Amino acid sequence: MLKLTGKIEAEIRKAGAEAYPNECCGILFGSEADGGHIVKALKPIDNARESTEQYHRFLITAEDMMQAELEARKLGLEIVGFYHSHPDHPAQPSDYDRDHALPFYSYIILRVAQGRPELMTSWQLRLSREAFDSEELEIEP
Amino acid sequence: MSVSVLIPSALRAFVDRKSEIEAEGATVGEALAHVAAQYPDLKHQIYEDDAKLRGFVNVFVDGTNIKKLNGLETPVAAGATVMIVPAIAGGY
Repeated sequence: MLKLTGKIEAEIRKAGAEAYPNECCGILFGSEADGGHIVKALKPIDNARESTEQYHRFLITAEDMMQAELEARKLGLEIVGFYHSHPDHPAQPSDYDRDHALPFYSYIILRVAQGRPELMTSWQLRLSREAFDSEELEIEP
Repeated sequence: MSVSVLIPSALRAFVDRKSEIEAEGATVGEALAHVAAQYPDLKHQIYEDDAKLRGFVNVFVDGTNIKKLNGLETPVAAGATVMIVPAIAGGY
């Protein structure tokens, strides 16, 4: 299960709408809780993919990840996952997502249709890397 | 030469949940190999079969990507911080 506040959910939806027709992306800071993750803060990241590919791809550079790791440690938190949007595409992980994912992390995917944020889902990659499992999203007030 | 190796959250399950491990080595490669020898499960996660780092693994020494230095042969000073950082990408 992935827990996050309504405020954080709203921030992700806003980022998805603002990035449309491109993908937004960012990092989830939080901690482990009850076998899942709880998100305490977001770190929005500028999509580093070339502009012509951003409509269906995102990239977080190694330098951004390094800075985020240090920031999380300073906050007493850890990187528990990532979020990104799928503009005009289902909120389902793609083969490309699976090829570039790691177990442990939670992967939030937000469908944005014609600029409007719609379904938000979360996923975790199996240790075998064969597939993602859907993860329950719990939105707290 | 003792250095600190920082472990990202996704790999801590393979190192007894530690976020930082002390390692010995004169180069980045030696320090990582020292950690991998202590934690074989981590070794499988970050190395290809031929002892090359997997594609998603980036390594920084005191804030600089070793790709901009001398790769695994990059020397490390005593007290240096070696950081393993996964590459993150996705889309459809």
